[in-house]
Amino acid sequence: MKQFFSFVKKEFYHVFRDSWTMVILLLMPVVQMILFGFAISTEIRNINVAIVAPEHDELTKMITDKLDAVDYFTVNGYFTSMEKLDEAFRQGDIDCAIIFGQAFEENLYSADGSSICLSVDASNSNTATTMAMYAQSIISDCIKELSPYVGAAGIAPDIKMLYNPQMKSSFNFVPGLMGLIIILICAMMTSVSIVREKEKGTMELLLVSPVKPLTIVISKMVPYMVMSFVNYLTILLLATTLLGVPVAGSFLTLSLLSLIYIITALALGLLISSATQSQLVAMIGSGMVLMIPVLFFSGLLFPVEGMPKVFQYFSWIVPARWYVTAAKKLMIQGLSFRYVLQEFIVLSSMAVLFITISLKSFKNRLS
Amino acid sequence: MAKVSVKNIGKRYNKTVALKDISFDADEGEIFGIIGPDGAGKTSLFRILTTLLLPTEGSAEVCGYDIIKDYVAIRKTIGYMPGRFSLYEDLTVEENLSFFASVFNTTIKENYHLVEDIYKQIEPFKDRRAGKLSGGMKQKLALCCAMIHKPEVLFLDEPTTGVDPVSRKEFWTMLARLKNQGITIIVSTPYMDEASRCDRIALINNGVFMKIETPQNIIGQYDKILCSVSADKTGKTKIIARIKSVDGVSDCYAFGDKIHIVLNDKDCILNLKKIFESDEICNITPTIEDCFMELNR
Repeated sequence: MKQFFSFVKKEFYHVFRDSWTMVILLLMPVVQMILFGFAISTEIRNINVAIVAPEHDELTKMITDKLDAVDYFTVNGYFTSMEKLDEAFRQGDIDCAIIFGQAFEENLYSADGSSICLSVDASNSNTATTMAMYAQSIISDCIKELSPYVGAAGIAPDIKMLYNPQMKSSFNFVPGLMGLIIILICAMMTSVSIVREKEKGTMELLLVSPVKPLTIVISKMVPYMVMSFVNYLTILLLATTLLGVPVAGSFLTLSLLSLIYIITALALGLLISSATQSQLVAMIGSGMVLMIPVLFFSGLLFPVEGMPKVFQYFSWIVPARWYVTAAKKLMIQGLSFRYVLQEFIVLSSMAVLFITISLKSFKNRLS
Repeated sequence: MAKVSVKNIGKRYNKTVALKDISFDADEGEIFGIIGPDGAGKTSLFRILTTLLLPTEGSAEVCGYDIIKDYVAIRKTIGYMPGRFSLYEDLTVEENLSFFASVFNTTIKENYHLVEDIYKQIEPFKDRRAGKLSGGMKQKLALCCAMIHKPEVLFLDEPTTGVDPVSRKEFWTMLARLKNQGITIIVSTPYMDEASRCDRIALINNGVFMKIETPQNIIGQYDKILCSVSADKTGKTKIIARIKSVDGVSDCYAFGDKIHIVLNDKDCILNLKKIFESDEICNITPTIEDCFMELNR
């Protein structure tokens, strides 16, 4: 145990005495927050839409068919009541819902007019805006076509942006950014720091000693684990105070989730380090293997739902995707633990898998 | 009983042969020198004996443990100082030493007497980062770190490379003291002049041990006549080429500011006197380097 602590102490010295490491560790979250403040919006596809209609009449059927025909939308459920709709939103089965008022077609010609409500999951503000826009234009097209004398002004859908009523893009990029920063700091820094020992020749000395690989490996993880947890708190603090991003769900659950994700990222860093021999390769390797998939497949820049199926399947092996999804549910939607159970299980198994492989592949000798 | 016993070790990297059929024994309290130029295979041999590399063929025992099977036991009982400075440059002298002490589950206090002689010399700089030390001090610190857990066998791979002559001399004095404590020291060096400080030396070139003997015997077994002439830097190669063409000269090479000439027999010296004034040429006793050159021819 004493041996382990002196290893950890040594690792902290390395981190604190390297001014560049410190700058990267402390400034990266702040810089990234500023950079990603300007999120990019893109067109989306495969929107799952639910129809809530108390009565099925010709007009509702027509709008439903028309939505289904457009390739942006897939009608994914018919509900008669609102309770089931909520559940479907939470499960992530649907992205938006069109709620028709009582006796929709009939009332269209009455003095009061009829009502239609468009509910959109706005956890991702970019997609929400786009979804609402698409749906709105289809609905008004239908109405114009069917009853030209009513006029476009006859009904205007009432749009409700769930979870993110002000449509702030920060709601989307903050969880994504946490996913990115954690993986960069944990994975890149650990892999580089292990490879540095190989490059400087100190690994040679450590190997010719009674130290167990587990001690070397775990002690390497500790400082970066602490650092990235500090960063997680920094981002969260900046996000809530400056950008007004809520932590609607439990802070404790979110922290636990982040901790598991941090461990997964550290284990990934170990894997990379066992495969590389120079700091440069480790750096580029981490960049390629970690940063790009995180940027593309975690929904940080582009919605995964808009990608071809192959890429959507690929995103399953990107740890950040699971983390970001769960973090959004916890922070923005304010869901409880049971809704992020799947992500917890996936991330935990990934961590176990990576650590096992990297310990197995830790070389006891020089290659 | 031999502390280190090597039998027919060979090492190949793909098709490149690094070591071929190496065998030797080193006893308790012996300084065994492995002398040879860069690229001769010294570091490969050290890495095999310190269990860092697997040999392609052959076997070896260190402190009675097999280097392949019992590598864990060997790692507890040996001290290793790699050829390249391999301590943490961002840690201070004291932090490095105390870290390596804890790696071997011991403390500086517990084994201070082992390193005292050496550590005292660098103790005034104990709060300085290791990276900021001079070459000689770095090597002293590295030796301390390799010694702190009371190893039975010390493997020192080129400990004096890049160290000034004064520090080199000090370093060998320290090794002699360690030897007196009963520690077996396997040391390699490219400097032939250090060979005389060893009990026995092995001359290695191109991965082959050419000879294993005491330094005195190696010199004693030299069976040629060796002469030396002074030479200016300019035109040295020209003069060497000219000497080589003289009858009875078997070899001729630059040696510091001198030229060494190897003659087949005594009478050949007369042939040389046609080129040089007789007082310019003198007979000399060979050094280890001369023996190495002769063996290598």
